[in-house]
Amino acid sequence: MIREQCPFPLSPEGEKRIDHLLNRYPEKRSALLQVLHVVQDERGGYLDMDCIKYIARLFDLPPAEVYSVASFYTMYNLKPVGKYLIQVCTNIACSVNGAEEIVSHIENRLGIKRGETTSDGKFTLITVECLGSCGTAPAMMVNKDYYEQLTPEKVDKVLEACV
Amino acid sequence: MGEMKVLLKNVDKPNSHLLSTYREGGGYETLKAALGMEPSQIVEEVKKSGLRGRGGAGFPTGLKWSFVPKTDAPKYLVCNADEGEPGTFKDRVIIERDPHLLLEGIAISAYAIGSHRAYIYIRGEYEFGAQVLERAIQEAEEAGVLGERPFGQDYPIFITVHRGAGAYVCGEETALLDSLEGRRGHPRIRPPFPASKGLYQSPTVINNVETLSSVVEIISRGGDWYASLGTEKSKGTKLFSISGHVQRPGVYELVMGTPFKELIFDIAGGMRPGRELKAVIPGGSSTPMLTANEIDILLDYESLVQAGSMLGSGAVIVLDDTTCIVKETYRLAQFYAHESCGQCTPCREGTHWMVKILERIVNGNGREEDLDLLLHIGETLGGNCLCPLGDAALGPVISSVQKFRDEYLEHIKNKRCPIGG
Repeated sequence: MIREQCPFPLSPEGEKRIDHLLNRYPEKRSALLQVLHVVQDERGGYLDMDCIKYIARLFDLPPAEVYSVASFYTMYNLKPVGKYLIQVCTNIACSVNGAEEIVSHIENRLGIKRGETTSDGKFTLITVECLGSCGTAPAMMVNKDYYEQLTPEKVDKVLEACV
Repeated sequence: MGEMKVLLKNVDKPNSHLLSTYREGGGYETLKAALGMEPSQIVEEVKKSGLRGRGGAGFPTGLKWSFVPKTDAPKYLVCNADEGEPGTFKDRVIIERDPHLLLEGIAISAYAIGSHRAYIYIRGEYEFGAQVLERAIQEAEEAGVLGERPFGQDYPIFITVHRGAGAYVCGEETALLDSLEGRRGHPRIRPPFPASKGLYQSPTVINNVETLSSVVEIISRGGDWYASLGTEKSKGTKLFSISGHVQRPGVYELVMGTPFKELIFDIAGGMRPGRELKAVIPGGSSTPMLTANEIDILLDYESLVQAGSMLGSGAVIVLDDTTCIVKETYRLAQFYAHESCGQCTPCREGTHWMVKILERIVNGNGREEDLDLLLHIGETLGGNCLCPLGDAALGPVISSVQKFRDEYLEHIKNKRCPIGG
């Protein structure tokens, strides 16, 4: 049912995970945020309308309802993002510890402004709210990984390792 | 007073996250003993301890538990691991480096309130922490200390890790419940309170990571022991996250009532060379700022209230004289406007108005009446919002306008930042 209803390829792990999640809670709808995460990961970090409609079918919800839930949360990307989503915290503890310099450094290195994606589709740069790394500021995430106590040199190493 | 490692006693051990390490130190023996106690006894110990919610609200934990009705209906325990209050990074330490402490605390607490099912709502960004917890749960179930028959007892305890997806408001317990039910994170009108109608409209207790972790030692050593630490209204130990302009930022566990100056200048190493203290945000970004002259106080709930602020989550953000208060307040105002769920007008509109006004001031287009306008917005929002987020937004704005008025006037009248930022 999970694979049949799906208009795009789904990995066996993804299918298994979705099946597990749909049966995990006393009320199925609780799995919605979790399934949005799984599908987004399967689809290169972006939830397009095919994903939204597929998930709507899984939960027997109107697509608009699923879209409404997805749009509430910052971690669901409803527009395409690069292979590497760079998320730099600019909230107060990072802000007073050089977050702006880190953002500017990345903007200059990649030739894009915050909110934009490089033309080769490799990097998207955004600024985000507190990541819970205040004691090791400034900090950023690249996709799901944390990088903390950043310096321009450290940032360069991280970006170089993104193949 | 001072540092005392109760919650943090395991975190520096090699492989502290493993079940074997945890059990070597006596881990899960308290759960074993608790399962032989009457649940009401456990609630009594927690009440005696004086433990108060460590997420920020400081509500008495034993009292919260006692609101759960004694029916046969399914009950839920929810661990709030959403840790989104700017400046706060304490729960992360327990999650990543002593997950079994949290699991044992959850299990004891679930038993105490008559619940068989607990959910850990962990913020989506803490993917690493979520995986640590999932592996720890698997270890514990395989070892028979959690699951269908913990320690062979006929009291199933199942703990599930549930990921959030990026929303500060989901740290508010009723918004968390809506999110856990698969919806937008909208806080609920209370009453009814979660203890009577919570998750799936069933009796539910939501507690912070640190609160639940504290339960283990309380049951192990007794509520009286915990209450022997701290002050009259603030018992036990608390984790403090300290960041910003200090030499040794980090998470420190202090006995309640430790002098604030001791944390900032001794334990956290004080100012960077050549710099002077300008302001301190004492309990997370939502708590009113204190000036350098206002921190000769003790770190406990009552002292911070008396100083016109709050202990909150114990997230101390230290700001030295390189800080432009106006710019940082503007940044925080943007945070609250972004995170407002949008349900209630005062917060939805008010947070954005504050951003617009502060933006004008930062860009050199401020007017002197803007400061009174900000204070007036404070009166409109204060106490009139559906959940505490609206009030939280006022913390930095109102306190900075009141205490750093000259800095604002410099931006407005001379259209320049005195710090040069």
